[in-house]
Amino acid sequence: MAVIPWKPAGEMTHITKNTTRVDAVPKVTGKAEFSYDVLPKDALIGLFVTSPYPNCTAVTVDTAAAEALPGVKAVWTDEGKVCRMAGEFVAAVAAETRDIARDAVRRVRVEWERYPFVVKAEDARQPNSAQVHGATRPNVNRAADDEAGDVDAAFESAAAVVDGTYSTQVQTHTSLESHGMTCRWDDAGENLRVWASTQGVFSVRGELAGALEMPESSVVVTTDYMGGGFGSKFGAGVEGIVCARLARDAGRAVKLLLTREQEQTNSGNRPSSVQHIRAAADAEGRVTAFDMEAHGTGGYSQGAGFPAPYIYGVFGDPPSIPNRRIVRDDVYINAGNARAMRAPGHPQASFGMEATMDELAYALDIDPVDLRVLNDPNETRQAQYRDAAKRIGWSRRNAEPGADAGPVKTGFGIGAARWGGGGGGTRATVEIHSDGSAVVKCGTQDLGTGTRTVVAAVAAEQLGLAVEDITPLIGDTRFPPSGGSGGSTTCASVAPAIKVTADAALATLFGRVAPALDAQADNLEAVDRTIRRIDDPSKSLAWADACALLGAEPISETEQHDGSLSSRGTAGVCSVELTVDEETGDVRIQKVVSVQEAGLVIDKLTLESQLIGAVIQGISYALHEDRVMDRLLGHQVNANMEFYKISGAMDIPEIEPVVWMAEESLSRGVIGIGEPPVIPVAAAIGNAVRNATGARVAGLPITPRRVLEALEREGRAQG
Amino acid sequence: MKNFEYVRPDSVAQAVQALDRRGAMPLAGGMDMVPGMQDNVIIADRVVNLKSIRDDGVRGIRETDYGLVIGALTTLTEIAEHPVVQSHYAALAEATVEVGSPQIRNAGTLGGNLCQRPRCWYFRNEHYNCLKKGGPRCFAADDDAENQYNAILGGGPAYIVHPSNCASALVALDATFHVAGPDGPRAVHADDFFVLPTERLLQENVLRQGEIVTHVEIAAPADGAKSAFLETAERAGFDWGISGAAVSGVVRDGVINGPRIVLYAVAPIPWRARDAEALIDGKPLTEDAIRAAGEAALAGAEPLSNNGYKVPLTKTMVRRALARLA
Repeated sequence: MAVIPWKPAGEMTHITKNTTRVDAVPKVTGKAEFSYDVLPKDALIGLFVTSPYPNCTAVTVDTAAAEALPGVKAVWTDEGKVCRMAGEFVAAVAAETRDIARDAVRRVRVEWERYPFVVKAEDARQPNSAQVHGATRPNVNRAADDEAGDVDAAFESAAAVVDGTYSTQVQTHTSLESHGMTCRWDDAGENLRVWASTQGVFSVRGELAGALEMPESSVVVTTDYMGGGFGSKFGAGVEGIVCARLARDAGRAVKLLLTREQEQTNSGNRPSSVQHIRAAADAEGRVTAFDMEAHGTGGYSQGAGFPAPYIYGVFGDPPSIPNRRIVRDDVYINAGNARAMRAPGHPQASFGMEATMDELAYALDIDPVDLRVLNDPNETRQAQYRDAAKRIGWSRRNAEPGADAGPVKTGFGIGAARWGGGGGGTRATVEIHSDGSAVVKCGTQDLGTGTRTVVAAVAAEQLGLAVEDITPLIGDTRFPPSGGSGGSTTCASVAPAIKVTADAALATLFGRVAPALDAQADNLEAVDRTIRRIDDPSKSLAWADACALLGAEPISETEQHDGSLSSRGTAGVCSVELTVDEETGDVRIQKVVSVQEAGLVIDKLTLESQLIGAVIQGISYALHEDRVMDRLLGHQVNANMEFYKISGAMDIPEIEPVVWMAEESLSRGVIGIGEPPVIPVAAAIGNAVRNATGARVAGLPITPRRVLEALEREGRAQG
Repeated sequence: MKNFEYVRPDSVAQAVQALDRRGAMPLAGGMDMVPGMQDNVIIADRVVNLKSIRDDGVRGIRETDYGLVIGALTTLTEIAEHPVVQSHYAALAEATVEVGSPQIRNAGTLGGNLCQRPRCWYFRNEHYNCLKKGGPRCFAADDDAENQYNAILGGGPAYIVHPSNCASALVALDATFHVAGPDGPRAVHADDFFVLPTERLLQENVLRQGEIVTHVEIAAPADGAKSAFLETAERAGFDWGISGAAVSGVVRDGVINGPRIVLYAVAPIPWRARDAEALIDGKPLTEDAIRAAGEAALAGAEPLSNNGYKVPLTKTMVRRALARLA
């Protein structure tokens, strides 16, 4: 059957409109059972023993004293484990209660062999530094070394040259629900039942089946509700595999989710960056050269890369910044490893590049919005810069930084985002039963973005039903497969799959009920809970009556995503107004506008929720979050939510989410946008602080300390 | 968490008796105590739950001929919302409302707030055997340390900052802490209650084993008396202050008498800036005088490797707090 294109937006009932989350009530009333809430009868609690030293080997692991403790039912050890960070997992226990487990892990005796360690990237780059991976790999590894055009000549002939060093911190995902799962072996140990906190039920199933050497068909993974992942929760992880092993050894279900401290240290992070950038522009403001020397650390792993020159350096013919030189190193330190985090690499890239653009604007006395429109070849973003500027009140911006009277200064900033967000690889089943129920099954999962609502809204649109008529079933490996919720691909994968499948089910329904309406199947349509003839709408059957004709043979169709219904490549712009108190260094965000293209918008309400959430996470990255590693003993000293600071409600200003509803965008098909709106927030805030005070706070997070120190450097310190 | 005995005394006398042995510790709101025990930083063999005490006077706020009496078991929410505290003891109301979150203020008590242990992340981390836990060194003192939140005044040999902003307010308000103990009751002036690490390392106040704070007394304000508390933090809510100031004094015709200037979050105790007080005592509270007081208050500051920013920040806190008395 040929794939039918999306209806024009103007003919949509649910899609492009606001659909309230189908699971809003269970979520706000606490009835929704999150993975962390699952506790099968007689389940044991699992807990890890971790390394107290940042670079060491667990030479021997003795669990005898722990096993002797009443209530301890199973142990796991990883004797010989080489730990490249403090907090690495070397053993685990499963016990009747959390208290017993806590006591038991303290009774595990480990003999450690310790090595020199280093926990700061600037230290690790020194020639005499301790080596993170011993003799096997050096600390510093060249990850990029590219040159195009004639960089030196471009700088010589430039109208303006700027030079700055920008740094971004390590940000941990800080999922409110920690990593882990609950495992139970059923059918005399033949089959494994898993309740996981994951953004990929199928990837968890695959990893567990591989590690436990069993067929994937013997493993069932479900994720009904989960509390955040941000890119860090695709696999089973050590915690998942150990959980399954403990459960098998104990012959009991085991719940093993990380402690808050372990969640902060062991479950990934956004790597840091230090970017020394020189850039040149001609008199009109066109950027002619970009020269960057950068490094960053992903802890004991690599992965500190980021795209550069960002946004304004498009590889075309000719490229928009023709002369470029990029040298970048990945640096190892003895700290937790990098994992994908909401738009990996892009916020770091944005912070350095947008600061560079603003410095060029000041040097050339050109408005930063005009400079961006001039240098960004993307036509959608060219319009978005103007729109975001207008909405934030850009006309009130002081062209001269710090021009306000008094210690509290107002500033404005802007930044841009790009992202892929395409879809694929998803199947779904739509069932229509004789009682009128419409059940949609898809093995995707809701990362928190509203996937269950997307499933219901698309099915309702195609079947001519209300959203509440649909029973959306997701988060279960027994359903048709879908990919992990990463790369902003979920909506663009799932929505088309649901549409194609619902269309197929409806076509079958039409075929079954056509005789009752004395019509050919292709002369029927489904509108407002009614099946009716296109040529004579007065000849109709209520949905329920039509389904009643199905009798004992319900409809079940399984189809898949079609590439014609989704697209990739999206544009976004963020603008910020804030105030800086120059006597306290206190930065108050006053308002943020987030403008985002999303192709065909499935649910405008949850899309706006994505923009708001991204802005909040971006503010938190800009002002508060920072993994603090201590040089003295090599621990993260803020592995908690007291001193790993996340912006709170009182830090969050008015946020205006603007979904780009231009017809050219809506007609592109579905594009995912979970990630891009987080990208430019910190950069726009950094630029607004510069505009407010005249001082460039070149490092994230922009704390009172950094603001006061920057003002002092500028000779503008108060007090 | 280590196993412990649990005692629910009916009276202050029973509580004191139960606490009169090594390893016994009092529990009130539990906001600091319970997480500290879970993290193996606060170790107790016996936990004595003061909330079961039924004696008069250990909870609630009463106005007396002398002034105000606040029971140590009074919740921070009750204090912050009390109309007389708000109108006559502004520094205390303004400090209390900055504590933690609404949930913490609902459960946390005044006595617990005054006697809470430091938040220094070296102290709070089991792997760091620091001076305050009987260990050999203060990690924060090291130039390589992450000491951005540590002391700039009164530090050494340990460089914690006292975590209680209510304590700064009560020192500014010239309060008296009433203590019960094995040797009977005694009154300790707020100025004398908190002690520097040079005097005691393992606790931050003068309490002896078995002693608990029962109530706090504040004299009724004189005519023209004013007070204020101000703090600044990295987050707008639910965060520890990185600097602050509690101030008080009698202000008539623009002239301040008997000023008290107490710095918060910059020293191991609520830090009285006596030089600054002397500088403005009996003088008009002009902009210049206020600025000079800010300078004088920080004249002795000795920042660590990463907390120099607290010096100008605290000058600002002093200036802005004093400006509210003018």
